Amino acid sequence: MADPLLRVEKLVRRFGGITATDNVSLDVAAGELHAIIGPNGAGKTTLISQLTGHLAPHAGTVSLGGRDITYLPAYRRCALGLARSFQITSLLLDFTAADNVALAAQAHAGTSFRFFANARKEKGLRDAAHAALDRVGLSHRADVVVSRLSHGERRELELAVALASKPKLLLLDEPMAGLGVTESQRMVKLLQELRKEVSIVLVEHDMPAVFALADRISVLVYGRVIASGDPAAIRQNDEVKRAYLGDQHVVTHHG
Amino acid sequence: MKGLNVSKAVTALMLAGLVLLPLYSSLSGNIFILTLFTRIVILALAAASLNLIMGYGGMMSFGHAAYLGIGGYAVGILAQEGVGSGFVQFPVALAASALFALVIGALSLRTRGVYFIMITLAFAQMAYYVASGLARYGGDDGLTVYKRSDFSGLINLSDRVQFYYLCLAGLLGVIFLIWRVVNSRFGLVVQGLRSNEQRLQAIGFPAKRYQLVCFVIAGTMCGLAGALLANNTDFVSPAVMYWTRSGDLMVMVILGGMGTLFGPVMGAVVYLLLEEFLSQITEYWALIMGPLLLLIVLFGRGGIMGLLGRLNRG
Repeated sequence: MADPLLRVEKLVRRFGGITATDNVSLDVAAGELHAIIGPNGAGKTTLISQLTGHLAPHAGTVSLGGRDITYLPAYRRCALGLARSFQITSLLLDFTAADNVALAAQAHAGTSFRFFANARKEKGLRDAAHAALDRVGLSHRADVVVSRLSHGERRELELAVALASKPKLLLLDEPMAGLGVTESQRMVKLLQELRKEVSIVLVEHDMPAVFALADRISVLVYGRVIASGDPAAIRQNDEVKRAYLGDQHVVTHHG
Repeated sequence: MKGLNVSKAVTALMLAGLVLLPLYSSLSGNIFILTLFTRIVILALAAASLNLIMGYGGMMSFGHAAYLGIGGYAVGILAQEGVGSGFVQFPVALAASALFALVIGALSLRTRGVYFIMITLAFAQMAYYVASGLARYGGDDGLTVYKRSDFSGLINLSDRVQFYYLCLAGLLGVIFLIWRVVNSRFGLVVQGLRSNEQRLQAIGFPAKRYQLVCFVIAGTMCGLAGALLANNTDFVSPAVMYWTRSGDLMVMVILGGMGTLFGPVMGAVVYLLLEEFLSQITEYWALIMGPLLLLIVLFGRGGIMGLLGRLNRG
């Protein structure tokens, strides 16, 4: 295929005097798991927000499957096959797990301007919801209200919600955030499975997870991509060591 | 389900009471109670419609009484101009309310939170002042409706019992519709937006469109209450649109239980009966009513329905 699935070209976003995204360009090929790493404040979330449409860039373009989506609102991008999970879990707390996922399926199955028939009895939507829940290992918790789910379960549910929209590209904003060791391992295993079906952009702090999962890694420092390549190349890259992995060392030594 | 479901039992009891009320009224010869409950049923309808946007949709509209006036003035003005047929008056009342809701909804929904409350309030006050300025239709003094809506022999609105049952049918019909709507695809989206708008946008729903349609549905339903209210009092005045009336409707919804099907009816019954009862005892009835409402809101989260629900769980 000539066009990559996602192409970001010379993206710029400023906040006052700070350039949070500084001429960022990157490609994500179909089937690829592309990780974005970088120290705190490197502009990872700012970048993701521009990909999802929650923040407008000041310059540059974002295209999905060859189509320019730079200024499309979030809901339209979703219809084109872009799904996201949130860094801080963002779910419908007073809905059941199944309802959360079914709503995402509903968004992609015909119009939602239907006023009379009971949506919870639509077999197609329920089946899609249960399939997605099953995918992340949550089907036994389908009828539990989200506010009663554990943090780990909510992270998995985030993923199920994203999957239910049958996306071409998943943007995962720190899916391991706040997970314990076993939960993290389960999440890595899950992503290992999912990557066979869908392209993924993964923003993550958990380095072992990133190096285990990624086909390619882009390193973001002060809003710039300072290196991009496969995990082995990134591990060897001196600039990355200095700017990023070095920092990590300092942190571990002192903390 | 184990044992007796308290909230369902109380709801059923209340509905049975509402259905049988005319019987009691005629047996006891107490006409006043029928008049009082006709008003209660009509305002319960208005509260139920407000609950659709406020309880289910999370849109705190502080201008809902505007539709009571618009529905009422549609009936009053048409009657004044010689169009007495209810088959014209009621559709016009609904259409006018829908249109008003569409316009103010489209503007108000650009804002959120406190701003939304304030802007809906401002629009309702505008409607109030416009009505006050309608010199041809009574202005500040209001407009007397000399003849109730005429449904050419189908139903006689001047007959107390028939009119009461018409209002009750309207209320139950509206609640049935709300029940269907909130469980439909559309209803789930609207409730999802109340819970987490950002999430709904991210899974592909344009928030405003759904909220606007919901806003229009609720406004139209309340327009029906307005048309009934004008018939009930044979009179319509700007006062029905005053902001305190919008406040009353909000209190009914919160008192009964936001986001529950029958909560607003319960709220309307309790609120208006208390008002009636307390105002007979003392001129300063509001002094007792206020703290009473405060207690219910403070200690009975989820209003009366919430309280009953907790009794259930023991």
